[in-house]
This record gives sequence, structure tokens and C-alpha cells, in this order.
Amino acid sequence: MTTAVRSSARTQKAAPGATRRPYRRNKRRSLTLTLLTALVAIYSLIPLVWLVINATKTQQGLLNSFGLWFADGQFALWDNIQQTLTYDNGVFVRWLGNTVLYVAVGAGGATALATVAGYGLAKFDFVGRRGVFAVVIGAVAVPGTALAVPTFLMFSKMGITNTPWSVIIPSLVSPFGLYLMWSFSASAIPDEMLEAARIDGAGEFRTFFRICVPLLAPGIVTVLLFSMVATWNNYFLPLIMLKDPQWYPLTIGLNSWNDQAATAGSQAVFNLVITGSLLTILPLLTAFLILQRYWQSGLAAGGVKE
Amino acid sequence: MSKFLKVAAAATAAMLALAACGGGNDDQTTGSSAGSAAGSEADVTAALAKGGSLTVWAWDTTIKDVVTGFEKKYPNVKINLVNAGTGDKQYTALQNAVAAGNGVPDVAQIEYYAVLQFALAKSLANISGYGASGLKSDFTPGPWNAVTPNGGVYGLPLDSGPMALFYNKEVFDKYGISVPATWTEYVEAARKLHKANPKVYITGDTGDAGFTTSMIWQAGGKPFTTDGTNVTINLADPGSSKYATTWQPMITEKLVASIPPWTDQWFKALGDGTIASLPTGAWMPSNLVSGAAAASGKWRVAPMPQWDAGSNASAENGGSSLGVLDKSANKALAYAFVKYASADEGKDIRIKGGAFPSTTADLSSSTFLSTPFPYFGGQKANEVFAKSAQSVVPGWSYLPFQVYANSIFNDTAGKAYVSSTTLADGLKAWQEQSAKYGTEQGFTVK
Amino acid sequence: MALPQVAARPADPGPAGPVRRRRRSWGGWRFVGPFMLVFALVFLAPIGYSIYLSLFRNRLIGGNSFVGLDNYTQALQDSQFWAAFGRVALFLVVQVPIMLFLALLVALAIDSGRLYGKAFFRVAIFLPYAVPAVVATLMWGFMYGSQFGLVGNINDALHVSLPDPLGASLVLTSIGNIVTWEFVGYNMLIFYSALRVVPSSLYESAEIDGAGQFRIITAIKLPAIRGALVIATIFSVIGSFQLFNEPAILRPLARNVLTTGYTPNMYAYSLSFSGQQYNYAATVAIIMGVITMIIAYVVQLRGTREI
Repeated sequence: MTTAVRSSARTQKAAPGATRRPYRRNKRRSLTLTLLTALVAIYSLIPLVWLVINATKTQQGLLNSFGLWFADGQFALWDNIQQTLTYDNGVFVRWLGNTVLYVAVGAGGATALATVAGYGLAKFDFVGRRGVFAVVIGAVAVPGTALAVPTFLMFSKMGITNTPWSVIIPSLVSPFGLYLMWSFSASAIPDEMLEAARIDGAGEFRTFFRICVPLLAPGIVTVLLFSMVATWNNYFLPLIMLKDPQWYPLTIGLNSWNDQAATAGSQAVFNLVITGSLLTILPLLTAFLILQRYWQSGLAAGGVKE
Repeated sequence: MSKFLKVAAAATAAMLALAACGGGNDDQTTGSSAGSAAGSEADVTAALAKGGSLTVWAWDTTIKDVVTGFEKKYPNVKINLVNAGTGDKQYTALQNAVAAGNGVPDVAQIEYYAVLQFALAKSLANISGYGASGLKSDFTPGPWNAVTPNGGVYGLPLDSGPMALFYNKEVFDKYGISVPATWTEYVEAARKLHKANPKVYITGDTGDAGFTTSMIWQAGGKPFTTDGTNVTINLADPGSSKYATTWQPMITEKLVASIPPWTDQWFKALGDGTIASLPTGAWMPSNLVSGAAAASGKWRVAPMPQWDAGSNASAENGGSSLGVLDKSANKALAYAFVKYASADEGKDIRIKGGAFPSTTADLSSSTFLSTPFPYFGGQKANEVFAKSAQSVVPGWSYLPFQVYANSIFNDTAGKAYVSSTTLADGLKAWQEQSAKYGTEQGFTVK
Repeated sequence: MALPQVAARPADPGPAGPVRRRRRSWGGWRFVGPFMLVFALVFLAPIGYSIYLSLFRNRLIGGNSFVGLDNYTQALQDSQFWAAFGRVALFLVVQVPIMLFLALLVALAIDSGRLYGKAFFRVAIFLPYAVPAVVATLMWGFMYGSQFGLVGNINDALHVSLPDPLGASLVLTSIGNIVTWEFVGYNMLIFYSALRVVPSSLYESAEIDGAGQFRIITAIKLPAIRGALVIATIFSVIGSFQLFNEPAILRPLARNVLTTGYTPNMYAYSLSFSGQQYNYAATVAIIMGVITMIIAYVVQLRGTREI
């Protein structure tokens, strides 16, 4: 089975259109099935539609109008966006910048580490190999709260709490990424190629960078995108590590705006929370839409064979 | 799997060895006596002359202007103002920082109910030596008591929250409700209002530790007493029982709106008359103005309903102080800021920003008392608040772990709002769990 | 564990000769090393420190002291802990199958090639995954409002009284709904990608044999994606036991129902941060971790052993 899959994966790469499920061309499209699936799609999209509609309302409008339709005569979207970006000396933009920093370094680093390590797991037989994945999965099973306080205390002693490092370093470990790159490396890189390179006298790292990385590209993009989602949406750990709003990522910042109404003498800004949420999800959605091709083939050819 | 165990065991052993060297968080407190007062007034003057920088953790929006004012007056002092979260979020951060010994600010905003806890844990410095003890007469008794546990001074009051009854006059008039003078009348009014319009409630209540403790306070209860490491918790004492029995029908007969407070739903309800009144602290006006603008002009302020007809008792609800952290490297300078913010020019800046003062001078000044409130139709609400501040029942104290106790209030007493548990039983559960925690933490709890 | 062996197989029938892997003892560590180093810092060290903390007790009065396994005995008898555990176990048993089943159905539907606009569905159903849990919970929280949220609006418009989604009886379901909403697309994609790799030759032979759609699904597609099913289940199991974000963010809307110890993770969190009881929190978390590991391992064994 595995050999057949491998060879079919190879032939698929060689001639994309030709051998792909020829029988499908004659398949009848089903309206019923489409409608049923559309129900699921509606379910997925309703809260997002809600978000867009309510981002057009002012604070007062929010309180006075029906949830799923616009407030009478109001289209305050641009106002809301402007207010979101300038409120409190433009701290939202700072939060956006922070998030980009954490994602670029954190997700980038996680992808790099997972790729290199996955390749190592797939292509080398070394002492302790069996244990590595077991330990990684085992550690992931431990609840984050077990790690939160000790990590916080550790990082305190190291003096990095309340700095970007306290958020970036924990995001450098992606067990799912490791698994994905391991599977992907195992299938996408033929041993014969490696053998040939070694016989030619190329060093291991040169082999890796010159030959293997291009082959691993779809998998790398996949891991990168999924790590980006994880770091972009990171909430719990930054909550504990960061105390200075100047270093907050968007998730924590939005939640602090939400909480803001709950104190004496402060201001309810729910409309900014909603608009801010909309602005927060746009970059990721765009990234996913644009890079669809890569991550779909990445998941397909690599991560999920049996 | 054995390979896994071997690897895991090796890793654990290594980490344990490392951790043992690092040590745990064993810098916590021992003993109970107030920290001895350090420093003197001369130190403060010297610190101001020398200058330096301070980190202040506060969420109150008026503090920003206070910082600007202070930096203008003392140009060689630089202040880093951080909003590290509201209320218990900030307390968590503070406790974490103290435990880690790292990142502790110089000054922090501490609500009155939490002062004892931080004082006992020796996180707050005793600032009486810097001259704070001479400021007693500047402040109203409620706040001053809260910041002076065990004979030391652990902060200076910022604002205060003497309670009053905020009510929507338009709604009251519409349904013929007269302003209740006692709590029994209040319950009756609740019934009348809800019967006339089932969609309207006289108030909202989903269980709030601050509200409950303030009500018990007003009713004369003293459920919490602390004497060194001896603590008594008795939420069945006369005052507490009076509250529990009188308030019970509000819950059983569904006379209170179950809208969680401080949510947008809640503000909406205040604005459109679904919630017709609020017994709460004097700091509420600015929140009403910004969150329930739709009802501007329709609300008024009245004295709190009484437990006994004809009496004149009140209680405090909320309010914060500014304290100096014991781990601060520059306590004298920190105290200078605290004094400025609380008793000197800073307080005027804050009052202008909408804060409700805790200083006797302001509370009796005629300009203050005659300020009209547009939101209340021009009513001079400060008169009501000031009178309430003077009638606060004396002798109240919080627990040395009130922050924790309040955090589990909804787990325990909150059950009364969502099941057939009575309020009295809910309070009992709260008492038991708080007592359990106290014992676990080494207190002797009765 | 079965997984490493499975991945080892692809290299087996290499025509290039017997030496399929370098028989080096330590070479691979140069690649795996950096990952494991950060991993050790971020996971192993805190776990070790946690275990260390769980053997002590630090009190407001009395300071730090070694208590051996007392924390563990206390935790195992702690009714609050077991109530929380029961809740996430119930959540697990109900929500995970529903979500994975729905994801599987959608994946099969998209893979069947009989949909109009399948590219749209693929993206639309996946989108919720890109939404942070904070935002998702805030959105659903607004919508669940029975006074002024969407539920309230529906109540007013249709003159009905829908049960309160945040009331005691429904809140766990409401949370389950949010989690399902967030992850159904992600799991769908994993299954779909696995389905895409199934060689068409199998389908062709099945057609020739006259097999119907249903038979094709049960005999070809499902077995082919067994690995993906197992991994998705394992990650969902682990995620369910660690449930924290959604109930914690919803808490202000329903404090009396969503207690501070609603899930084990929330319990450990409030023990640490409200009660400053780090040691006991570490104990609770370690017990949860061990239980989760055991169950994940069992799932993995059963999943890969079945034929």
C-alpha cells in the first residue's frame, strides 16, 4: 500500500493533470449534497458575518440594534477602524506590530526547528530516536497550566519575563510541525538521492539545504502557516508573561479593551473590540487564501499518510 | 515504552537537579506583625531633590494626568505608568512579580479590600515613618481604616465609594414607585415594578462579592475579623443573616435581572430602563455617563435604603488606595508620589477627572457639594454621597486573603442564583471554603 | 510506539541497495538537537520544576516546606478536581466524536467530487480555524446573550423563550459548540488531504467491480485515512482535557455557572493565580497530564492496531 501511494505521489508530481482520477470526469454533481454542505458552511461563516456587520456599528448602535443586521442608517465601519487604530495613542498598531514580531520570529523559528528536526528523525537512525517522538507527544499531553507557572518562575529568574522573548521562546516548539515534517521528509525525499549526494562527498548540511529543502517546500509552507496561526492566536502564555501593554499581542490587547468597561471611571469600547477583532483576523485569512495551493499539497503529500 | 520511560526519567532527574539549585519561591512571609516603619520625612525630601525614576501600576484613568502633573512639578523624576490589568488581574501580576522577586513596581493601586492581604504578606511597605500617619484626619474613616491594618500605614486612599441608591426616575414615576427608605420597602417596590412590567427589574444581581460584603457591612455585620494569624469567618452573624433573609425573595421571586454586570448587555439595560436602580458606590456616575448615555437626565441619586427604619447607616463599596511596594528600590521617592496623588495637588487633578474623593476637606467643600450632575438632571448628587461617607458603619474589616475569597464567591454563594440553594446556605459554603483556604495557608481559622 | 515504525517503512524497498540509512549513532542529533534543546527548555524543564514544586507546600503563614506526596493524596480526594475532570471527560466523549464525524462527512463530501463550488467550501469551512479563540469566544458570547444578544433578539422576534445557552444545563454544550466551530474545518482539512492521496487505481478497480459509493467509502477511503483519524483523535483528546480558553473567556458572562474550577486547567490556573497555591496547582496539572498521556496512548494503540 505504502509503495503504491509513494509511486502514485511521484506520478502525480510528474504529470499533474493526466493521471488524477480520470473516472471523476463523469461524476454527477449532487445538489442535495451541496446544500447539506452549504449548511455547514453557513454555520462556519455566521459568526464572521456577525463580526463584519457589527463592526459597522457605533458603541450606541451596538446596544440598540438587532445582532445580525445593520443598525439603522449607520455605517460606521471606517470611523470604527480609524478609532481602533488611534485609540489610546495608537496602541492597537503597536499590538499589531508586536504580534507580527512574535509570529515572524516565533513561527519562523518553529518552522525552521521542526523542519530540521523532522528531517533528522526521518532520515537518520540515531541513539534515542524512538524516544524523541514519544517524549514530544508525552510533553504535549501535559496541561499548559502545569507549565505556565514554572515557566514563568524560570523565565523570571532568567530576567526575560515581560519581554518579547518570554513569548517567542515557547512558540519555537511545534510538535505538530515536527510530526508533519517527519512524515513529509520520509516520503518526499528519496534515500537514493541522499545516498548519491553522500557518495559525491557532500556534507550533511549542504545536502539538506541544497537538495532537501526545495523538495520539502510544500511541507515547510504548511508548517509555517499552521505555526503562524498558533502564534498569532496565542493567548494563555502571553497573558502570564506580559504585564506591560506595550508588549501585548493583539489577543491580549483586545481582551483588555473588553475588560476595560468593568472599572470605575472608564469607558466601554465594545465597538472597538469588535472592529479590532475583525482587523485581527484579516491578515491570517488573507495569508491562508493566498497560499492555499501550497498548504493543501503540503498536507496532502506529507502529513497524513497512515 | 521503556525507552520513553528511560528518557523521561533521565530528563526529569536532570531538571530536578537544576531546579533544586534554583530554589523555589520560598521568600514568602512569616509572622504577622506589621512591618516596622522605615525611613523618615527627611528621606522623602532628599529623594525628591535627588530625583530618579519610578514604575507605577495603576488602572484608574485619572492617574495618567496625576503623573503628568507630578513630572511637571518635579522634573527630575520620571514615572513609568503601566496598566497591568484591572483589579484582581493586577493583583495576580503583582503576586507573581513578588514571588519571582523580579519586575515588582514601586507603586501599585490596591483596592481597599485587598490591602490587608498585601500588607500581611509584607508586599506593601509600612509608610507611616515617611509621615503618612499624620494624614489621618485628611481622609474619611472608611478608607483610612482600610489602609491602616495592624497599626501601620500601608497606602494612602485615592478614591472612595460611599454607597447610594442610583435610580431611574422616569421608570419609577411611570410605574408609581416611590423611592424606598428601607430594604423591606425596596423588596416591595421590586415586586410592584416587576408585576407591572415583567421585562423591567428594580436592579440586576448575579452575585457579586463586593456588593454582598457592602450590604452586610451596612447591615452592621462583621463577618471577618483578623488578629495576627487568628481569623474568624462568620457569615451567619446577625448582619449577614439580616442581609440573607431580606434579599432572598429578590432571587427566589426573580425580582433581579440576571444580567452580568459590566457587560455591554448590562449597560444596555441601564440605558433603556430594564434595570431601574443600582445600589452602588459614589464612583458610578462616570461609568453611567460613558456606558449608559441613552438614559442621561433620567436618573437620580438617593440615600441608601436602611435596614432599620429611621437609622442612617451606610457602607463603602469599592475604591482604591496607592501603596508602596516593599521591594521597591526607592521607597521614599515612591511615597512622595503616593502623597502627591492622594493628598496633595494630585487629588484635585483626579477629582476634576471624575474621581470621587476620600478626603474630608473636599467632601465638605461647598464647591464640591454644589456641583450639578447633568446625568442626574442637574441634581447636586455629591451632597448625598458626602452624607453617606460620614455615615459609614465603623469597625469593618476584610480577610487577609480577601482576594482569594472574593474569587471563589461565585463558585459558592453564587449557587444561590442558579439553583435552589438559599442565600444563607450559599454564604455558608463561601465561609467554609474560605476557612479551608485560610487553614491551608497556615492561619488559625475559627 | 507504533508511529516511528510506520514512518520507517517507506524506505524499505529501496532499489539502491541494502544501506538505506547511515548507521551512525549520533549523527541525527545535529539535526534534531536544536529542536530538542528548545524543547527541553520550554517543556522538560518546567515539567521537572513542576514535579519538584508538587512535593512542597508554600503558605502565607509558615513559608515553604517539603510535604512529600501529601499534595497528591489531597488532589486524589479533591471533589472539585474530580468534578472538573468528569466535565472534560464528558465533553471529550460527546464533542470529539461529533466534531470529527462532521469533519469527516464534509471531507468525504468534498472529496466525492459531486459538489458545486468545492473550493469555496474548503476555504469557508476552514476559516474559523484562523480566528483566535479569544475572538471566537467573544463573538459567540455576544451572540449567546439571552437578553440582548442574538438569542435575545430571536426570543423577541419570534416570541419564544429559548433556553439560556449560558445557563447551568446548556453551558457545556455551548462551549462544545464554540470548540466544534473552531476546529471542524481544521480536522476536515486533515482528512481531506489524506483522502487526496488515495491512488485512483483503487477507485477504478472498485468501479469495475461495481461497488457503490457507500462501499467505496467504507472499504477504501476510511481505511486509507486511518492514520489521519488517529492523529486527529489524539490531538482532540489532548485538547479536550486541556480545555481552558473558551470557558475562561466566557466566565464573566456566567460566573455562577462557570466556576473557577470548571475544567482541570482552569482549576490549576485559579489555584496558581488567585490562591497563590503553586504547589497544589502543579500537582493537579501533573495528574491531568499523566491521565491525558495514558488515554492518548490507548487511543493510539487501538487506532493503529485495528484492521
